[in-house]
Amino acid sequence: MGLMERLSTRSKRTIPRPNWPVTLAIHAALLAYSALALFPVLLVVVNAFKERLAIFSAPYALPNAQTFTLEGFRTLQANANFPAYFLNSIVVTVSALFLIVLVSSMAAFALAEYRFRLNTLIGLYLAIGIMVPIRLGTVGILQLAVELNLVNTLLILILVYTAQGIPLAVFVLSAFMRQLPRDLKDAARIDGASEYRIYWLTLPLVRPAIGSVLAISMIPIWNDLWFPLILAPGERTKTVVLGASVFLGQFVNDYNAVLAALTLAIVPAVLLYFAFSQQLIRGITSGALK
Amino acid sequence: MVLSTFNCVCVSPIYILARGFKTEVKEMSKRIGLFLITAILLGFVGSALAQNKVRLTIESWRNDDLKIWQETILPAFMKKYPNIEVVFAPTAPTEYNAVLDTKLKAGTAGDLITCRPFDKSLELFNAKHLVSLNDLPGMNNFSEVARAAWSTDDGKTTFCVPMASVIHGFLYNKAIFRELNLQVPSTEAQFLQVLRRVQQSGRYIPLVMGTKDQWEAATMGYQNIGPTLWRGEVGRKGLIAGTQKYNEGGFLQAFEALAKWRPFLPRGYQALSYPDAQNLFAQGRGAIYPAGSWDIGVFRQMNPKLELGAFKPYTFETARQCVINDHPDIAIGLNAASKNKEAARTFLAWVASAEFAQLYANALPGFFPLANVQYTIADPVAQEFLSWRKQCQTSFRTAYQILSRNANPNNENDLWNASAQVLNGTFTPKQAADYVQTRLASWYGPQKGR
Amino acid sequence: MRACWRAHLRRKLCELTVPASADGQPARNPSHWVRSILAGSSMRRKPFPWHILVFLAPAVAIYTLFMIYPLIGSLLLSLQNQGPDGATVFVGLQNYLTLFTSKTWSEPFWNAFWNNVEFFLYHMLIQNPVGLLLALLLASRIRGGWLYRTLIFTPTILSVVIVGFAWRLILNPAWGVSQGILDAVGLGSLNQPWLGLESTALPTLSLISVWQNIGIPMLLFLAALVRIPDELLEAARVDGAGAWTVFWRIQLPLILPTVGIVAVLTFVGNFNAFDLIYATQGALAGPNFASDILGTFFFRTFFGYQLQPGDPYMGATVAGVMLLIILTGVLIYLFAWQRRLQNIQF
Repeated sequence: MGLMERLSTRSKRTIPRPNWPVTLAIHAALLAYSALALFPVLLVVVNAFKERLAIFSAPYALPNAQTFTLEGFRTLQANANFPAYFLNSIVVTVSALFLIVLVSSMAAFALAEYRFRLNTLIGLYLAIGIMVPIRLGTVGILQLAVELNLVNTLLILILVYTAQGIPLAVFVLSAFMRQLPRDLKDAARIDGASEYRIYWLTLPLVRPAIGSVLAISMIPIWNDLWFPLILAPGERTKTVVLGASVFLGQFVNDYNAVLAALTLAIVPAVLLYFAFSQQLIRGITSGALK
Repeated sequence: MVLSTFNCVCVSPIYILARGFKTEVKEMSKRIGLFLITAILLGFVGSALAQNKVRLTIESWRNDDLKIWQETILPAFMKKYPNIEVVFAPTAPTEYNAVLDTKLKAGTAGDLITCRPFDKSLELFNAKHLVSLNDLPGMNNFSEVARAAWSTDDGKTTFCVPMASVIHGFLYNKAIFRELNLQVPSTEAQFLQVLRRVQQSGRYIPLVMGTKDQWEAATMGYQNIGPTLWRGEVGRKGLIAGTQKYNEGGFLQAFEALAKWRPFLPRGYQALSYPDAQNLFAQGRGAIYPAGSWDIGVFRQMNPKLELGAFKPYTFETARQCVINDHPDIAIGLNAASKNKEAARTFLAWVASAEFAQLYANALPGFFPLANVQYTIADPVAQEFLSWRKQCQTSFRTAYQILSRNANPNNENDLWNASAQVLNGTFTPKQAADYVQTRLASWYGPQKGR
Repeated sequence: MRACWRAHLRRKLCELTVPASADGQPARNPSHWVRSILAGSSMRRKPFPWHILVFLAPAVAIYTLFMIYPLIGSLLLSLQNQGPDGATVFVGLQNYLTLFTSKTWSEPFWNAFWNNVEFFLYHMLIQNPVGLLLALLLASRIRGGWLYRTLIFTPTILSVVIVGFAWRLILNPAWGVSQGILDAVGLGSLNQPWLGLESTALPTLSLISVWQNIGIPMLLFLAALVRIPDELLEAARVDGAGAWTVFWRIQLPLILPTVGIVAVLTFVGNFNAFDLIYATQGALAGPNFASDILGTFFFRTFFGYQLQPGDPYMGATVAGVMLLIILTGVLIYLFAWQRRLQNIQF
């Protein structure tokens, strides 16, 4: 049962509802923490639209007619190509997620479905990657990228993020796939379907796990600073996070521009998150599968 | 088996994650992805078919100068040479070295590389990332001293065209001085007196500097008032030869003099970074700002109405001859892997010319061209700085030549740490001096065992 | 609903592969069965399972090429150093020895290591308990819980660059926001340049990191708490157990597996951390290396900083030691914690 179902059925049972002082206290605590969580974000966004002096003299005030300005955004537009950075981030993230799901589901299917000698070994081999942080191999990755002539391309980022996401994805997907009933696939086999066909038909059954993998993998890829900084720092391949970081370094004494850059980096991500948060969180917190 | 237990235990919470992503979202993102990839491919094709102008890229750490390069300097060059397009692409100063190293290793660095003085660029030359510029027309416009920062140890090969040096001193807010009836100080006693008067007024910050970024404490603190105490070149060359030590004589006295600044720094200065200090001074909240001459251009940009004045580093009872830190700061060289060498050399020859010197000196007040050519500076504060070359002896920052060749410990980084800690009060001057000296002596031959 | 789904799929599968017979039932193909049985018993040779290879190859290839191979390359690099003539020579474990015995290397290394431990402890002792508390609050039935969940999870989706910079602005003495807040509650005199003092820099950064990352433990704990059957809780309440007893005796033991997972994820994440310190304090991780952790130490060693040249060999050595530390922690989890957990049946 999902979290929603659970919470709604509770009210029909005999457990006494928490009395109103307790409910009030719980609300207060959660409200306080939510305020703490949002406060820095709101502060940055509100001040991005104010004049320099107003930022310093009245940080909490909302921009009014006198203090409203878009100066920071203009500087931003003239000096940093944020739309291009967004494009890069989207391309890298979407491509990496696509590759991760494709490649990991294939490997997970093989590991879950077939008994062969190296099955456990390969499973273990891929699982090592969950615990080993890929950054420790940066030295080697940089050398490899230089040898393959892939530095300052989006492709190297995509490949590195795919490699980073494969271990956990294979682990999650194979565990899920192992729990699917065999009779479905056996029936298909007997009726002549090829293994590839069976894989393709199994995919829709593991949609929840795929969604899970997408959710876990997306945020670290989008927010990564390390690999774009080291492997693809060129202007053409800058991602949003790297672009914001570089811009912040360049215009670090121009508060308007800095706050504008932060706002541009925060707001789209947060809006997207709010749009999908229901699905994301429902997925994360839903109950047992069976 | 371990893994299966891990399965049961680990999988339940984790793989229950995110069931919710609908296939519609996945479908749509696949469609978007396809569209994006097509768009990108088309973009590449388009740009490849575009112009046949040569495009040069300049790597630099001078992100503060971005606007000026784009609006003043590069248009002048491109007017003269319309077939060459030049782009100025700076990185933040603290990241420049690391990012440049990566780009050079990967072969993606720009055609023209802004060179840091001494060892950092020598390293690049030795790694064959820079080419010799001995035969560049205009190279003989520079004296041997000017070229020293960008030549091999034996002085025979120069690999960057010197652009400018920077001079250290103090900027002050003329309006505040007028309001509080203060005189420009020339000795240490007068300097401290001025600071005390500003502090007593309670309205302004006496000395605007933070220690969070650490380098200002060393560069605009220690290396600003220090040369007078260690007699400039005498002290610096003594360190290299092993005859002088950081924890003796002028070098130790410089740490002691620096410690006297502590009470006059802004509230919370330990967490103030360089741009914060710039902002504070530009807003007129502070009286004196220990500066490098490059700050002049920054303040002119940040607040053109600020009444800026300057005075040279003060002298001491025990050291009456002033010595200024006239540090060769910036040069520009040719990337050995550049695909547009001819055009790049044209640009470099232009940099060595009088026209560039005149343009640069005025567009970027505070950077003083090193070429032996005539140029005039319009900015009065920059003129003031330049005039000190005649009044005082000159030297440059101690850690830059030879002494910072080691990775760990590194003399320049140590000076940063020690100076910042002296200002923070966590090191006494003696401790700071001992710290720097022992670490230098641990690896540098002539200083070993001293 | 899922059952209908599967039946529908099953039907579709049959329709695709077998033509329906006249009476609507899927036809059975006895000869096919007989053939496969005969094939199994008499012909021992099975065709090479190409499909397994095809399924596994891409994942294993990308993973090996971009994760394992560079890691091994890094480890190999740590076994080498620059010879007197500039060429690389194999030096075995010499670099590791230097890292641990030479004063100029071991001091910053141990400083970074213990700072990292402190960083980890802040997360274990603040992030995880508070996350658990928030999860407990959210697991109780209150209206609008979904809204709180969404809001509290927001910082986690932000990039570290943003978080670092935003907090740096807030704590900036020049901007005065933190001063204003403390003044409002009358604690103005307590305001310090938190990020600039050696004693408070690392705790402050740890708290900022906790602020950002608390969403994930919270959600994992919430998922685990929600799976506890209500009957257990109901029975306990009927028996007169108070909220604390319910938590301590029932909920906590049942979510111990999740506690373990959260702990190991925190461990791996913290000992791999770099971004926040880099974004807030720079690569020098000041003041006086008070906020230097293993990640920043590795970055500075390998890439150099300002005039300090980069040292790829010692950098790779630091990476090797980091790998060792992380693996040790994970192995401790796998063998010690897991074994204890097998006693708890759920």
